[in-house]
Amino acid sequence: MTLRTDPVTINFGPHHPSTHGVFQMRITADGEVITNLEPVMGYLHRGCEKLSEGRTYTQLVPLTDRLDYLSPMSNNVACVLAAEKLGEIPVPERAQYIRVIMAELQRLANHGAMTGFLLNDLGTFFTLFHYTMREREKILDLFEMTCGTRVTVSYMRPGGVLQDLPEEFMPRLRALLDELPQRLDEYEALITENEIVLARTKGVGVMPREMALAAGCSGPMLRGSGVKWDIRKNDPYGIYDRFQFDIPVGTNGDVYDRYWVRIQEMRQSVRILEQAYRDIPQGDVRTRLPLFFRLPTGEAYARIEAPKGELGFYLVSDGGIAPYRLHVRSPSFINLGVLRDLTVGYTVADAVITLGSVDIVLGEVDR
Amino acid sequence: MYGTGLMKGMAVVLKTMLFKPPFTVQYPEQRVEPPRRFRGASFVWYEDRCTGCSTCAKACPQGNIEIVTSAGQYNQYFVEKFDIDHLRCMFCGLCVEACPYDALFMGGDFENASYSRAALVVGKKLLNAAAPTRIPSSYFHPELDHIDITSGRPVPEIRKAEQEKNQDIGWASR
Ligand code: SF4
Ligand code: SF4
Repeated sequence: MTLRTDPVTINFGPHHPSTHGVFQMRITADGEVITNLEPVMGYLHRGCEKLSEGRTYTQLVPLTDRLDYLSPMSNNVACVLAAEKLGEIPVPERAQYIRVIMAELQRLANHGAMTGFLLNDLGTFFTLFHYTMREREKILDLFEMTCGTRVTVSYMRPGGVLQDLPEEFMPRLRALLDELPQRLDEYEALITENEIVLARTKGVGVMPREMALAAGCSGPMLRGSGVKWDIRKNDPYGIYDRFQFDIPVGTNGDVYDRYWVRIQEMRQSVRILEQAYRDIPQGDVRTRLPLFFRLPTGEAYARIEAPKGELGFYLVSDGGIAPYRLHVRSPSFINLGVLRDLTVGYTVADAVITLGSVDIVLGEVDR
Repeated sequence: MYGTGLMKGMAVVLKTMLFKPPFTVQYPEQRVEPPRRFRGASFVWYEDRCTGCSTCAKACPQGNIEIVTSAGQYNQYFVEKFDIDHLRCMFCGLCVEACPYDALFMGGDFENASYSRAALVVGKKLLNAAAPTRIPSSYFHPELDHIDITSGRPVPEIRKAEQEKNQDIGWASR
Protein backbone atom coordinates (compact mmCIF):
# COMPACT_ATOMS: atom_id res chain seq x y z
CA MET A 1 0.00 0.00 0.00
CA THR A 2 1.34 3.43 -0.87
CA LEU A 3 0.79 6.34 1.45
CA ARG A 4 -0.76 9.28 -0.35
CA THR A 5 0.03 12.80 0.92
CA ASP A 6 -1.75 16.03 0.03
CA PRO A 7 0.24 19.11 -0.90
CA VAL A 8 0.17 21.80 1.78
CA THR A 9 0.28 25.53 1.10
CA ILE A 10 2.30 27.47 3.62
CA ASN A 11 1.99 31.23 3.86
CA PHE A 12 5.48 32.12 4.84
CA GLY A 13 5.47 35.76 5.87
CA PRO A 14 4.95 38.66 5.44
CA HIS A 15 5.45 38.92 9.19
CA HIS A 16 7.98 36.18 9.57
CA PRO A 17 11.36 37.37 10.91
CA SER A 18 13.24 35.16 8.46
CA THR A 19 11.81 36.95 5.45
CA HIS A 20 14.00 39.97 6.31
CA GLY A 21 11.18 42.44 6.07
CA VAL A 22 7.69 42.22 4.69
CA PHE A 23 8.10 39.58 2.04
CA GLN A 24 5.79 36.67 1.53
CA MET A 25 6.59 33.25 0.13
CA ARG A 26 3.62 31.11 -0.80
CA ILE A 27 5.14 27.68 -0.47
CA THR A 28 3.46 24.55 -1.74
CA ALA A 29 5.04 21.63 0.01
CA ASP A 30 4.69 17.92 -0.45
CA GLY A 31 5.59 16.72 3.00
CA GLU A 32 8.76 18.59 3.77
CA VAL A 33 9.79 19.12 0.14
CA ILE A 34 8.87 22.27 -1.71
CA THR A 35 7.09 21.73 -5.00
CA ASN A 36 6.32 25.35 -5.78
CA LEU A 37 7.19 28.75 -4.38
CA GLU A 38 5.53 32.00 -5.25
CA PRO A 39 7.19 35.20 -4.06
CA VAL A 40 4.74 37.95 -3.16
CA MET A 41 6.12 41.42 -2.80
CA GLY A 42 4.88 44.98 -2.71
CA TYR A 43 4.03 45.33 0.95
CA LEU A 44 6.57 48.12 1.32
CA HIS A 45 5.85 49.98 -1.88
CA ARG A 46 6.23 53.71 -1.27
CA GLY A 47 6.42 54.96 -4.82
CA CYS A 48 9.96 56.28 -4.57
CA GLU A 49 10.34 56.49 -8.34
CA LYS A 50 7.22 58.58 -8.73
CA LEU A 51 8.04 60.72 -5.69
CA SER A 52 11.39 61.59 -7.19
CA GLU A 53 9.73 63.30 -10.14
CA GLY A 54 8.69 66.12 -7.84
CA ARG A 55 12.06 66.56 -6.21
CA THR A 56 15.21 68.41 -7.13
CA TYR A 57 18.40 66.44 -7.68
CA THR A 58 19.69 67.26 -4.21
CA GLN A 59 16.38 66.32 -2.64
CA LEU A 60 16.63 62.89 -4.27
CA VAL A 61 19.48 61.94 -1.99
CA PRO A 62 17.48 61.55 1.25
CA LEU A 63 15.01 59.45 -0.73
CA THR A 64 17.68 56.97 -1.76
CA ASP A 65 18.65 56.38 1.88
CA ARG A 66 15.34 54.66 2.26
CA LEU A 67 15.75 52.23 -0.62
CA ASP A 68 18.35 49.81 0.65
CA TYR A 69 18.42 50.80 4.27
CA LEU A 70 21.30 48.49 5.08
CA SER A 71 23.60 50.28 2.67
CA PRO A 72 22.45 53.88 2.24
CA MET A 73 25.90 55.22 1.37
CA SER A 74 26.08 53.07 -1.76
CA ASN A 75 22.62 54.23 -2.81
CA ASN A 76 23.67 57.83 -2.37
CA VAL A 77 26.73 57.27 -4.53
CA ALA A 78 24.75 55.65 -7.34
CA CYS A 79 22.14 58.40 -7.34
CA VAL A 80 24.58 61.28 -7.53
CA LEU A 81 26.69 59.47 -10.13
CA ALA A 82 23.72 59.47 -12.49
CA ALA A 83 23.21 63.20 -12.01
CA GLU A 84 26.92 63.86 -12.44
CA LYS A 85 27.07 61.78 -15.59
CA LEU A 86 24.20 63.67 -17.16
CA GLY A 87 25.36 67.11 -16.11
CA GLU A 88 29.09 66.41 -16.51
CA ILE A 89 29.66 67.79 -13.04
CA PRO A 90 33.28 67.50 -11.89
CA VAL A 91 34.00 65.84 -8.55
CA PRO A 92 37.04 66.89 -6.54
CA GLU A 93 39.74 64.33 -5.89
CA ARG A 94 39.28 64.20 -2.12
CA ALA A 95 35.55 63.69 -2.50
CA GLN A 96 36.22 60.70 -4.76
CA TYR A 97 38.38 59.12 -2.08
CA ILE A 98 35.81 59.85 0.62
CA ARG A 99 33.19 58.16 -1.54
CA VAL A 100 35.33 55.07 -1.89
CA ILE A 101 35.96 54.96 1.86
CA MET A 102 32.29 55.33 2.65
CA ALA A 103 31.12 52.81 0.06
CA GLU A 104 33.61 50.18 1.22
CA LEU A 105 32.76 50.74 4.89
CA GLN A 106 29.16 50.30 3.88
CA ARG A 107 29.97 47.05 2.13
CA LEU A 108 31.62 45.78 5.31
CA ALA A 109 28.60 46.78 7.39
CA ASN A 110 26.16 45.23 4.93
CA HIS A 111 27.98 41.92 4.49
CA GLY A 112 28.48 41.72 8.23
CA ALA A 113 24.78 42.16 8.85
CA MET A 114 23.94 39.67 6.10
CA THR A 115 26.26 37.01 7.54
CA GLY A 116 24.77 37.52 10.97
CA PHE A 117 21.25 37.22 9.60
CA LEU A 118 22.16 34.08 7.67
CA LEU A 119 23.43 32.42 10.82
CA ASN A 120 20.24 33.51 12.57
CA ASP A 121 18.27 31.76 9.85
CA LEU A 122 20.38 28.67 10.44
CA GLY A 123 19.45 28.70 14.09
CA THR A 124 22.60 30.18 15.65
CA PHE A 125 20.42 32.42 17.61
CA PHE A 126 22.13 35.86 17.60
CA THR A 127 25.66 34.71 18.43
CA LEU A 128 27.40 35.75 15.26
CA PHE A 129 24.79 38.42 14.71
CA HIS A 130 25.95 40.21 17.86
CA TYR A 131 29.57 40.04 16.77
CA THR A 132 28.90 41.46 13.32
CA MET A 133 26.58 44.10 14.71
CA ARG A 134 29.37 45.18 17.05
CA GLU A 135 31.61 45.95 14.09
CA ARG A 136 28.73 47.49 12.17
CA GLU A 137 28.17 49.77 15.12
CA LYS A 138 31.71 51.08 14.87
CA ILE A 139 31.24 51.76 11.18
CA LEU A 140 27.95 53.54 11.82
CA ASP A 141 29.70 55.63 14.47
CA LEU A 142 32.09 56.79 11.77
CA PHE A 143 29.13 57.73 9.56
CA GLU A 144 27.48 59.54 12.43
CA MET A 145 30.47 61.68 13.24
CA THR A 146 30.83 62.60 9.57
CA CYS A 147 27.31 63.39 8.51
CA GLY A 148 25.13 63.36 11.60
CA THR A 149 23.12 60.16 11.28
CA ARG A 150 23.78 56.50 11.35
CA VAL A 151 21.46 55.07 8.75
CA THR A 152 19.71 57.83 6.83
CA VAL A 153 23.01 59.38 5.92
CA SER A 154 22.24 61.65 2.90
CA TYR A 155 25.95 62.30 2.65
CA MET A 156 26.63 62.42 -1.08
CA ARG A 157 25.76 65.45 -3.15
CA PRO A 158 25.96 65.97 -6.90
CA GLY A 159 29.47 67.32 -7.30
CA GLY A 160 31.06 65.77 -4.25
CA VAL A 161 30.13 65.10 -0.66
CA LEU A 162 28.26 67.20 1.83
CA GLN A 163 31.16 68.25 4.05
CA ASP A 164 34.68 67.24 4.88
CA LEU A 165 35.54 64.49 7.32
CA PRO A 166 35.92 65.58 10.93
CA GLU A 167 39.48 65.50 12.17
CA GLU A 168 38.96 62.56 14.52
CA PHE A 169 37.72 60.43 11.60
CA MET A 170 41.06 59.27 10.27
CA PRO A 171 42.44 58.00 13.62
CA ARG A 172 39.19 56.16 14.27
CA LEU A 173 39.29 54.62 10.79
CA ARG A 174 42.89 53.53 11.41
CA ALA A 175 41.88 51.82 14.64
CA LEU A 176 39.01 50.08 12.89
CA LEU A 177 41.21 48.91 10.02
CA ASP A 178 43.69 47.45 12.49
CA GLU A 179 40.92 45.59 14.23
CA LEU A 180 38.87 44.31 11.31
CA PRO A 181 41.14 41.53 9.96
CA GLN A 182 41.13 39.89 13.40
CA ARG A 183 37.36 40.14 13.58
CA LEU A 184 36.99 38.62 10.14
CA ASP A 185 39.20 35.75 11.28
CA GLU A 186 36.88 35.30 14.22
CA TYR A 187 33.81 35.13 11.99
CA GLU A 188 35.54 32.60 9.79
CA ALA A 189 36.61 30.51 12.76
CA LEU A 190 33.00 30.46 13.80
CA ILE A 191 31.48 29.52 10.45
CA THR A 192 33.78 28.55 7.61
CA GLU A 193 34.76 25.13 8.93
CA ASN A 194 31.85 24.56 11.26
CA GLU A 195 30.49 21.12 10.43
CA ILE A 196 26.89 22.02 11.18
CA VAL A 197 27.01 25.06 8.93
CA LEU A 198 28.64 23.00 6.20
CA ALA A 199 25.99 20.31 6.45
CA ARG A 200 23.21 22.85 6.22
CA THR A 201 24.62 25.07 3.46
CA LYS A 202 26.72 22.92 1.12
CA GLY A 203 24.75 21.83 -1.91
CA VAL A 204 21.67 23.80 -0.89
CA GLY A 205 20.06 26.36 -3.20
CA VAL A 206 22.45 25.56 -6.01
CA MET A 207 22.47 28.08 -8.83
CA PRO A 208 24.36 26.99 -11.94
CA ARG A 209 26.40 29.57 -13.75
CA GLU A 210 24.05 29.63 -16.75
CA MET A 211 21.00 30.27 -14.61
CA ALA A 212 22.73 33.14 -12.83
CA LEU A 213 23.63 34.75 -16.14
CA ALA A 214 20.23 34.16 -17.72
CA ALA A 215 18.37 35.63 -14.74
CA GLY A 216 20.52 38.76 -14.68
CA CYS A 217 21.81 38.17 -11.19
CA SER A 218 24.60 40.38 -9.98
CA GLY A 219 26.87 40.88 -7.04
CA PRO A 220 27.76 38.05 -4.67
CA MET A 221 24.90 35.95 -6.11
CA LEU A 222 26.59 35.92 -9.50
CA ARG A 223 30.11 35.57 -8.14
CA GLY A 224 29.04 32.72 -5.89
CA SER A 225 28.18 30.82 -9.08
CA GLY A 226 31.65 31.32 -10.44
CA VAL A 227 31.23 34.29 -12.77
CA LYS A 228 33.99 36.81 -12.36
CA TRP A 229 32.01 40.02 -12.70
CA ASP A 230 32.47 43.06 -10.56
CA ILE A 231 31.51 46.48 -11.84
CA ARG A 232 34.30 48.05 -9.82
CA LYS A 233 36.73 46.19 -12.08
CA ASN A 234 34.78 45.56 -15.29
CA ASP A 235 33.28 49.02 -15.69
CA PRO A 236 35.09 51.19 -13.16
CA TYR A 237 33.29 54.24 -11.89
CA GLY A 238 34.78 57.00 -9.80
CA ILE A 239 38.38 56.18 -9.04
CA TYR A 240 38.08 52.44 -8.58
CA ASP A 241 40.58 51.78 -11.36
CA ARG A 242 43.32 53.02 -9.03
CA PHE A 243 42.83 50.35 -6.41
CA GLN A 244 44.26 46.87 -6.28
CA PHE A 245 41.91 44.17 -5.18
CA ASP A 246 40.80 40.70 -6.21
CA ILE A 247 37.37 39.43 -7.09
CA PRO A 248 36.60 36.31 -5.07
CA VAL A 249 34.46 33.75 -6.90
CA GLY A 250 32.75 30.61 -5.71
CA THR A 251 32.57 27.29 -7.52
CA ASN A 252 29.28 25.52 -6.79
CA GLY A 253 26.86 28.42 -6.48
CA ASP A 254 25.31 27.11 -3.29
CA VAL A 255 24.45 28.96 -0.10
CA TYR A 256 27.88 28.27 1.34
CA ASP A 257 29.66 29.79 -1.66
CA ARG A 258 27.56 32.91 -1.49
CA TYR A 259 28.46 33.28 2.17
CA TRP A 260 32.14 32.61 1.46
CA VAL A 261 32.26 35.15 -1.37
CA ARG A 262 30.92 37.78 0.96
CA ILE A 263 33.48 37.11 3.68
CA GLN A 264 36.28 37.30 1.12
CA GLU A 265 34.82 40.51 -0.25
CA MET A 266 35.00 41.99 3.21
CA ARG A 267 38.71 41.23 3.27
CA GLN A 268 39.10 42.91 -0.13
CA SER A 269 37.18 45.92 1.16
CA VAL A 270 39.67 46.23 4.01
CA ARG A 271 42.41 46.14 1.39
CA ILE A 272 40.77 48.95 -0.60
CA LEU A 273 40.26 50.96 2.57
CA GLU A 274 43.95 50.60 3.45
CA GLN A 275 44.90 52.00 0.05
CA ALA A 276 42.38 54.83 0.29
CA TYR A 277 43.61 55.65 3.79
CA ARG A 278 47.15 55.84 2.47
CA ASP A 279 46.43 57.90 -0.63
CA ILE A 280 43.66 60.31 0.34
CA PRO A 281 44.70 63.84 -0.62
CA GLN A 282 43.78 67.12 1.04
CA GLY A 283 41.60 69.61 -0.75
CA ASP A 284 38.13 70.61 -1.68
CA VAL A 285 35.28 68.15 -1.28
CA ARG A 286 32.48 69.71 -3.23
CA THR A 287 31.83 71.48 -6.49
CA ARG A 288 29.49 74.30 -5.64
CA LEU A 289 26.22 74.17 -7.53
CA PRO A 290 23.18 76.39 -7.26
CA LEU A 291 20.45 75.25 -4.90
CA PHE A 292 18.14 74.27 -7.76
CA PHE A 293 20.52 73.39 -10.55
CA ARG A 294 19.30 72.16 -13.89
CA LEU A 295 20.60 69.25 -15.87
CA PRO A 296 20.61 69.24 -19.67
CA THR A 297 17.90 67.36 -21.53
CA GLY A 298 18.82 63.74 -21.97
CA GLU A 299 19.25 60.51 -20.12
CA ALA A 300 21.96 58.77 -18.17
CA TYR A 301 22.43 55.41 -16.54
CA ALA A 302 24.96 55.09 -13.76
CA ARG A 303 25.67 51.79 -12.10
CA ILE A 304 27.79 50.82 -9.18
CA GLU A 305 28.75 47.62 -7.45
CA ALA A 306 26.56 47.98 -4.40
CA PRO A 307 26.98 45.38 -1.63
CA LYS A 308 24.02 43.45 -3.03
CA GLY A 309 24.85 43.68 -6.70
CA GLU A 310 24.52 46.05 -9.61
CA LEU A 311 22.66 49.12 -8.44
CA GLY A 312 21.72 51.40 -11.29
CA PHE A 313 19.97 54.74 -11.47
CA TYR A 314 18.45 55.60 -14.80
CA LEU A 315 17.73 59.29 -15.00
CA VAL A 316 15.76 61.10 -17.68
CA SER A 317 15.83 64.87 -17.63
CA ASP A 318 13.77 67.34 -19.59
CA GLY A 319 16.01 70.22 -18.63
CA GLY A 320 14.18 71.09 -15.44
CA ILE A 321 15.24 71.13 -11.84
CA ALA A 322 13.74 67.72 -11.17
CA PRO A 323 14.08 64.43 -13.04
CA TYR A 324 11.45 63.68 -15.66
CA ARG A 325 11.69 60.01 -14.79
CA LEU A 326 13.87 57.99 -12.50
CA HIS A 327 14.20 54.25 -12.56
CA VAL A 328 16.12 52.27 -9.98
CA ARG A 329 17.59 48.96 -11.04
CA SER A 330 17.72 47.39 -7.64
CA PRO A 331 19.87 44.29 -7.23
CA SER A 332 17.66 42.71 -4.55
CA PHE A 333 14.62 42.66 -6.81
CA ILE A 334 16.36 41.05 -9.74
CA ASN A 335 18.30 38.58 -7.58
CA LEU A 336 14.99 37.51 -6.10
CA GLY A 337 13.80 36.39 -9.52
CA VAL A 338 15.60 33.06 -9.22
CA LEU A 339 14.22 32.26 -5.78
CA ARG A 340 11.69 29.74 -7.07
CA ASP A 341 14.27 27.83 -9.06
CA LEU A 342 16.65 27.75 -6.12
CA THR A 343 14.16 26.38 -3.62
CA VAL A 344 12.01 23.84 -5.49
CA GLY A 345 13.13 20.37 -4.49
CA TYR A 346 14.63 21.41 -1.20
CA THR A 347 13.00 21.52 2.23
CA VAL A 348 11.21 24.46 3.80
CA ALA A 349 14.11 25.05 6.20
CA ASP A 350 16.42 25.27 3.18
CA ALA A 351 14.17 27.88 1.57
CA VAL A 352 14.77 30.11 4.60
CA ILE A 353 18.53 30.04 4.28
CA THR A 354 18.39 30.33 0.50
CA LEU A 355 16.39 33.51 0.92
CA GLY A 356 18.92 34.63 3.53
CA SER A 357 21.77 34.04 1.12
CA VAL A 358 20.11 36.15 -1.58
CA ASP A 359 20.40 39.06 0.88
CA ILE A 360 17.34 41.10 0.09
CA VAL A 361 16.19 44.36 1.58
CA LEU A 362 12.53 44.98 1.04
CA GLY A 363 12.88 48.73 0.87
CA GLU A 364 14.76 48.17 -2.32
CA VAL A 365 12.68 45.34 -3.73
CA ASP A 366 9.42 47.28 -3.52
CA ARG A 367 10.82 50.81 -3.74
CA MET B 1 38.46 15.05 12.48
CA TYR B 2 34.77 15.72 12.68
CA GLY B 3 34.05 18.45 15.21
CA THR B 4 37.28 20.44 15.00
CA GLY B 5 35.48 23.27 13.20
CA LEU B 6 32.86 23.29 15.92
CA MET B 7 35.45 23.48 18.67
CA LYS B 8 37.19 26.36 16.92
CA GLY B 9 33.92 28.29 16.88
CA MET B 10 33.27 27.49 20.51
CA ALA B 11 36.72 28.82 21.41
CA VAL B 12 35.83 32.15 19.78
CA VAL B 13 32.56 32.30 21.67
CA LEU B 14 34.22 31.46 24.95
CA LYS B 15 36.96 34.04 24.42
CA THR B 16 34.41 36.74 23.62
CA MET B 17 32.27 35.76 26.56
CA LEU B 18 35.04 35.76 29.14
CA PHE B 19 37.52 38.36 28.06
CA LYS B 20 35.64 41.02 26.12
CA PRO B 21 33.86 43.76 28.04
CA PRO B 22 30.22 44.26 27.01
CA PHE B 23 29.77 46.56 24.06
CA THR B 24 26.20 47.50 24.82
CA VAL B 25 25.03 50.49 26.85
CA GLN B 26 22.17 50.30 29.31
CA TYR B 27 19.98 53.07 27.96
CA PRO B 28 18.33 55.08 29.59
CA GLU B 29 20.49 54.73 32.71
CA GLN B 30 23.64 55.17 30.66
CA ARG B 31 23.70 57.42 27.66
CA VAL B 32 25.94 57.81 24.69
CA GLU B 33 26.59 61.41 23.80
CA PRO B 34 25.80 61.98 20.13
CA PRO B 35 28.67 63.42 18.11
CA ARG B 36 28.95 67.12 17.49
CA ARG B 37 27.52 66.90 13.98
CA PHE B 38 24.49 64.97 15.09
CA ARG B 39 21.48 65.76 12.95
CA GLY B 40 18.73 65.75 15.50
CA ALA B 41 15.48 67.32 16.49
CA SER B 42 15.00 70.70 18.19
CA PHE B 43 16.22 73.00 15.47
CA VAL B 44 18.12 76.04 16.63
CA TRP B 45 16.94 79.19 14.90
CA TYR B 46 18.24 82.71 15.49
CA GLU B 47 15.61 85.28 14.66
CA ASP B 48 18.04 88.17 14.54
CA ARG B 49 19.91 86.53 11.67
CA CYS B 50 16.91 85.25 9.75
CA THR B 51 15.87 87.47 6.87
CA GLY B 52 12.76 85.54 6.00
CA CYS B 53 14.16 84.61 2.62
CA SER B 54 12.42 81.19 2.76
CA THR B 55 15.29 79.38 1.08
CA CYS B 56 15.08 76.74 3.78
CA ALA B 57 11.40 76.19 3.09
CA LYS B 58 12.10 75.75 -0.62
CA ALA B 59 14.93 73.32 0.01
CA CYS B 60 12.87 71.07 2.24
CA PRO B 61 11.76 67.96 0.32
CA GLN B 62 8.67 67.59 2.50
CA GLY B 63 7.54 71.20 2.64
CA ASN B 64 7.74 71.22 6.40
CA ILE B 65 8.66 74.81 7.04
CA GLU B 66 6.01 77.47 6.90
CA ILE B 67 7.17 81.05 6.79
CA VAL B 68 5.00 84.15 6.74
CA THR B 69 6.66 87.52 6.35
CA SER B 70 5.48 91.09 6.21
CA ALA B 71 7.16 94.17 4.81
CA GLY B 72 8.46 96.73 7.27
CA GLN B 73 8.82 100.46 6.90
CA TYR B 74 12.42 100.63 5.75
CA ASN B 75 12.43 97.99 3.10
CA GLN B 76 12.92 95.13 5.56
CA TYR B 77 11.14 91.90 6.23
CA PHE B 78 9.59 90.75 9.44
CA VAL B 79 9.26 87.05 10.01
CA GLU B 80 5.82 86.62 11.46
CA LYS B 81 5.55 82.90 11.39
CA PHE B 82 8.24 80.24 11.34
CA ASP B 83 6.74 76.81 11.90
CA ILE B 84 8.73 73.61 11.58
CA ASP B 85 6.60 70.51 11.43
CA HIS B 86 8.54 67.84 13.32
CA LEU B 87 5.88 65.30 12.49
CA ARG B 88 6.86 65.10 8.86
CA CYS B 89 10.50 66.03 9.26
CA MET B 90 13.02 63.33 8.41
CA PHE B 91 16.00 65.33 9.72
CA CYS B 92 17.76 65.31 6.41
CA GLY B 93 19.37 68.67 7.07
CA LEU B 94 18.75 70.13 3.61
CA CYS B 95 17.14 73.21 5.15
CA VAL B 96 20.22 73.92 7.26
CA GLU B 97 22.41 73.43 4.22
CA ALA B 98 20.35 75.90 2.21
CA CYS B 99 20.16 78.76 4.70
CA PRO B 100 22.42 81.48 3.34
CA TYR B 101 22.52 83.52 6.55
CA ASP B 102 23.50 80.86 9.11
CA ALA B 103 20.24 81.33 10.93
CA LEU B 104 19.07 77.72 11.10
CA PHE B 105 20.93 74.84 12.71
CA MET B 106 20.13 71.27 13.57
CA GLY B 107 19.90 70.36 17.24
CA GLY B 108 21.33 67.50 19.23
CA ASP B 109 18.12 66.10 20.63
CA PHE B 110 16.80 62.63 19.85
CA GLU B 111 14.10 61.95 22.41
CA ASN B 112 11.28 63.85 20.81
CA ALA B 113 8.23 61.79 21.59
CA SER B 114 5.22 63.83 22.55
CA TYR B 115 1.72 63.27 23.84
CA SER B 116 0.17 65.70 21.38
CA ARG B 117 0.62 66.22 17.68
CA ALA B 118 0.28 69.99 17.98
CA ALA B 119 3.29 70.16 20.29
CA LEU B 120 5.48 68.76 17.53
CA VAL B 121 4.80 71.68 15.21
CA VAL B 122 7.36 74.03 16.64
CA GLY B 123 6.70 77.71 16.07
CA LYS B 124 8.56 80.95 16.34
CA LYS B 125 7.83 81.46 20.02
CA LEU B 126 9.25 78.15 21.11
CA LEU B 127 12.24 78.44 18.83
CA ASN B 128 12.99 81.91 20.17
CA ALA B 129 12.70 80.78 23.74
CA ALA B 130 14.97 77.83 23.17
CA ALA B 131 17.63 79.46 21.01
CA PRO B 132 19.81 80.93 23.81
CA THR B 133 19.90 77.69 25.76
CA ARG B 134 20.46 75.16 22.99
CA ILE B 135 23.73 74.14 21.51
CA PRO B 136 23.51 74.14 17.71
CA SER B 137 24.81 71.06 15.97
CA SER B 138 27.86 71.58 13.80
CA TYR B 139 26.16 69.79 10.91
CA PHE B 140 27.16 71.65 7.74
CA HIS B 141 29.01 74.13 9.96
CA PRO B 142 32.31 72.38 10.58
CA GLU B 143 33.67 75.60 12.08
CA LEU B 144 31.49 74.82 15.10
CA ASP B 145 32.98 71.38 15.56
CA HIS B 146 34.80 72.53 18.66
CA ILE B 147 33.28 75.87 19.57
CA ASP B 148 29.79 76.67 20.67
CA ILE B 149 28.73 79.93 19.11
CA THR B 150 26.20 81.05 21.67
CA SER B 151 28.45 80.98 24.69
CA GLY B 152 31.81 80.93 22.97
CA ARG B 153 32.90 78.08 25.19
CA PRO B 154 34.50 74.96 23.82
CA VAL B 155 31.97 72.21 23.44
CA PRO B 156 33.58 69.39 25.44
CA GLU B 157 33.34 71.59 28.54
CA ILE B 158 29.64 72.22 28.02
CA ARG B 159 28.96 68.59 27.29
CA LYS B 160 30.67 67.61 30.53
CA ALA B 161 28.62 70.08 32.54
CA GLU B 162 25.47 68.74 30.88
CA GLN B 163 26.42 65.20 31.59
CA GLU B 164 26.96 65.99 35.24
CA LYS B 165 23.61 67.71 35.40
CA ASN B 166 21.96 64.72 33.71
CA GLN B 167 23.51 62.34 36.17
CA ASP B 168 21.94 64.21 39.08
CA ILE B 169 18.47 63.79 37.72
CA GLY B 170 19.21 60.47 36.04
CA TRP B 171 16.98 57.43 36.14
CA ALA B 172 19.48 55.49 38.15
CA SER B 173 19.23 57.82 41.14
CA ARG B 174 15.47 57.70 41.41
S1 SF4 C 1 15.48 68.50 8.13
FE1 SF4 C 1 14.80 67.98 6.05
S2 SF4 C 1 12.67 67.35 6.28
FE2 SF4 C 1 13.24 68.41 8.16
S3 SF4 C 1 12.59 70.54 7.84
FE3 SF4 C 1 14.74 70.40 7.21
S4 SF4 C 1 14.70 69.97 5.03
FE4 SF4 C 1 12.65 69.54 5.83
S1 SF4 D 1 16.87 80.19 4.84
FE1 SF4 D 1 17.69 80.97 6.78
S2 SF4 D 1 17.46 83.19 6.62
FE2 SF4 D 1 16.14 82.30 5.02
S3 SF4 D 1 14.13 82.07 6.01
FE3 SF4 D 1 15.21 80.12 6.32
S4 SF4 D 1 16.20 80.36 8.32
FE4 SF4 D 1 15.62 82.41 7.65
